Amino acid sequence: MTDTAPNLRRIAIDPVTRVEGHGKITLLQDEQLQIREARFHIVEFRGFEKFIQGRPFREVPFFVQRLCGICPVSHQLAAAKAVDQLVGVDTLTPTALKLRRLLHFGQILQSHALHFFHLSSPDFLFGFGSDVAKRNIVGVLEQYPELGMKGVKLRKYGQQIIAAISGKRVHGMATIPGGMNKPLTEDERRQLLAGIEDAIGWCVDAVALNEHIHTTHAAHRSFATLRSNFLGMTGCRGELEFYHGGLRACSADRTTLFDQLDYRNYNDVLREEVRPWSYMKFPFLRDLGRDIGWYRVGPLARINLCDFIPTPLAEDARLRFRAFAGGDYLHDTLAYHWARMIEALHCAESIRELLQDTEITGTELAAGHGTLRNEGIGVIEAPRGTLFHHYRIDDDGLISQANLIVSTTSNNQAMNESIRAVASSHLDGNELTEGLLNHLEVAVRAYDPCLSCATHALGKMPLQLELLAADGSVTQRLYRHADGSYERLSA
Amino acid sequence: MSKLRIATTSLAGCFGCHMSFLDMDEQLLELLKDVEFNRSPLTDIKQVGPCDIGLIEGGVCNADNVHVLREFRKQCRILIAVGACAINGGVPAMRNHYTLTECLEESYLYNPGLDQPLMPNDPELPLLLDKVHPIHDIVQVDYFLPGCPPTPEAFLQVLGAILQGREPSLPQALIHYD
Ligand code: SF4
Repeated sequence: MTDTAPNLRRIAIDPVTRVEGHGKITLLQDEQLQIREARFHIVEFRGFEKFIQGRPFREVPFFVQRLCGICPVSHQLAAAKAVDQLVGVDTLTPTALKLRRLLHFGQILQSHALHFFHLSSPDFLFGFGSDVAKRNIVGVLEQYPELGMKGVKLRKYGQQIIAAISGKRVHGMATIPGGMNKPLTEDERRQLLAGIEDAIGWCVDAVALNEHIHTTHAAHRSFATLRSNFLGMTGCRGELEFYHGGLRACSADRTTLFDQLDYRNYNDVLREEVRPWSYMKFPFLRDLGRDIGWYRVGPLARINLCDFIPTPLAEDARLRFRAFAGGDYLHDTLAYHWARMIEALHCAESIRELLQDTEITGTELAAGHGTLRNEGIGVIEAPRGTLFHHYRIDDDGLISQANLIVSTTSNNQAMNESIRAVASSHLDGNELTEGLLNHLEVAVRAYDPCLSCATHALGKMPLQLELLAADGSVTQRLYRHADGSYERLSA
Repeated sequence: MSKLRIATTSLAGCFGCHMSFLDMDEQLLELLKDVEFNRSPLTDIKQVGPCDIGLIEGGVCNADNVHVLREFRKQCRILIAVGACAINGGVPAMRNHYTLTECLEESYLYNPGLDQPLMPNDPELPLLLDKVHPIHDIVQVDYFLPGCPPTPEAFLQVLGAILQGREPSLPQALIHYD
């Protein structure tokens, strides 16, 4: 440590656990035990946007899903939507479209089930600061076997949908340019249909549980909570929609910033900021600017933003959510879980509808190709939020440029704000214990960050502490070096 | 019989191998009679302790990965490379065709939609390796479980064999993919 550095203690939660992928949280605590800085870091860099260059566009959906083993289907579908445009297909056959939607409902269902039951439920069942040895899915299965098994089976059901359509539960091959690879057989349809009533029942229970948890714990309302803008896709009637629609953004007080925006124009409304001390980009709404333009995506954003949900049970659940929020959006960070289970219920209801649709077993799967185009942009609502895939190809059909904005990146600023909120409400002035530190992870888990996705072009966020003068100018800047030493730099 | 203690980690992987492990569904409950988990993304144990088996997903792309991998090797009696990425680098190793600088520049200087192109240049940034490596470049590996990802059945058979003190061996059907 350099001799000019103040006595700050660095504490790292490394790795952040019960999230998907690789991340860590760092804190700086001073001698009075006040938390001076709290940051959430992504700790890898992959360089996907570069190494995909020069590859034939047909390969892209299958490479890109290997960014993330939790929502591979969402990546495959976002890329496939871009590839459809590349091959000049604007309209899929009805069966291909229905199969893609069914596949994606299966994906969201399994991811949401995993997220709540396997990863987050231990915090709520045992307590945020409970025994670390028990605070995991094994502990849940031992102490609450019925509830734990519902989670295991719900996730299994979503995975079975994926396997039936794409051949494998993880990293299957479902899409082809302008269509789908294989039809759903009548046998498969019947088998899946046989399990759907149970799945809907488990979702109803999961909504009730989360609604109960959130509405009966006053402390949960303020935990890690912040007011933010929201961004998401909605269908053409303003309904909750995951596969295809227009972009809608609203400010914290429910003012519409834009609506039904063609997502191929995302570049007109979004910008990504790079900060010199971070590999992690910070997207923001261009019109609002860097400082106030950050926004949240994912279940909380979608349930707040949509006008209605087109399936009856989930719509009932949404109306209760809305009533609880009053005239405002529900900004409570922990309400992400409640919103997530409402979405799971909508997925299960939609799966039933699609499986009862005679067109789902149709065999017209591919639309004829048009003229090759040089640019394709595919956007989808992945489990964790709006996911952007943007590709350019040269005249030989080889990728010349790729840009991805993964859902977790959009929540980057919000996750950092949330852990800062928890640091000041729960950690300040305390000797830090394992249980207290888990509170920070509880905040991060609400967002269900998919750090696997996020590493595609992200790196470890370094630690920088800035001391500001009253006018907001930086008076001192402190860096932590890789060897753990601190250095004070002039502003 | 005391329980087998298992630790798992994901290095430069996508988590899909961990998903496939969970895809054993209800059989997980059976397995839990015989095994317990140490450090894993599924538990809150952050430091790997003495274990019977270490399951490693993903290749090695930065200095952190090297450190975690060496810790696992030290603590685990049997180390298993799980999936294509751990065994040969997998999709992340596709960056080996380019220099690291080219990859970084693409993301931070040339990408469309950047507010102000800027190369992160802080001393704190992670020490990335030039190339993505399979884990056997760094440590000795006892078994290789192929697949992207390996199937849940493959996990069960390997763990079952080790539990019974047999040499694991998988039929062709379980190591044949896509
Ligand atoms: S082997 Fe496949 S499933 Fe496993 S981490 Fe690598 S890409 Fe993901």
